[in-house]
Amino acid sequence: MAIKILAGKNIEVNDEGFLLNPNDWDENVAIELAKDEGISELTEKHWQVIRFMRQDFKEKGVIPTIRRIKNASGVSVQDLYALFPEGPAKKAAKIAGLSKPQGCI
Amino acid sequence: MSEEKIKKVSIIISHGSLDGVYPGLIMANGARMEGIEANLFFTFFGLEAILKKRMDSLKVATVGNPAMHIPSILGIVPGLSSFATHKMKKEMEKLDIPPVAEFIEMIHDSGAKLYACKATVEMFHLTKSDFCEQVEEIIPVGKFYEISAGGQIIFT
Repeated sequence: MAIKILAGKNIEVNDEGFLLNPNDWDENVAIELAKDEGISELTEKHWQVIRFMRQDFKEKGVIPTIRRIKNASGVSVQDLYALFPEGPAKKAAKIAGLSKPQGCI
Repeated sequence: MSEEKIKKVSIIISHGSLDGVYPGLIMANGARMEGIEANLFFTFFGLEAILKKRMDSLKVATVGNPAMHIPSILGIVPGLSSFATHKMKKEMEKLDIPPVAEFIEMIHDSGAKLYACKATVEMFHLTKSDFCEQVEEIIPVGKFYEISAGGQIIFT
């Protein structure tokens, strides 16, 4: 556990940089987290995924899988991999201020 | 975490039962989710997983499978394999594991490449048109090693 300064706020994160409390998240925090992940600019399509993940997590209490994102948010698997290279499920969850997905799918 | 990260895997799927196909698919999808390059090579009965007509009707093997915890003789009871398959599919759906055709499409769309083994394709008298569109190419084993260069090979 560590404290990280993101968008001018002191935020608690774990060793891998995932937020401990999703309520610490806002859009500016997301922009900073994205930069750490090598995504210099969040496009409207990135936001579509991020908002869907947060909303779905709020409603279901489970971080959505890639399959769930594909089937329920309308963003294709190809696009997910292009938007969040080298691991869309983990990267998008991190930027969305959620914890690391633990599933195998 | 001082060990070097795995960058590339080639996964061979050689069995045609539901329980024979899924481990390889889960490993391939999991590799892509970690940013690892993945190639899949389907051989012998593993081809069933990429045959348009067969891929969504694979069954759990109930005969000769001690882990089923039933005497092998009962494994031949009509309908038992279908029942076991139905149960397993229900459990998989709960975990958000997709049916084979959807899974193959997801794995392909994630950037993994799928290949069919030339020797078995010829042995079973199949052609490219029998396979789902996600299959890249029918290749001989030598080409498989060429494609796998620099990566780990996993046989399932």
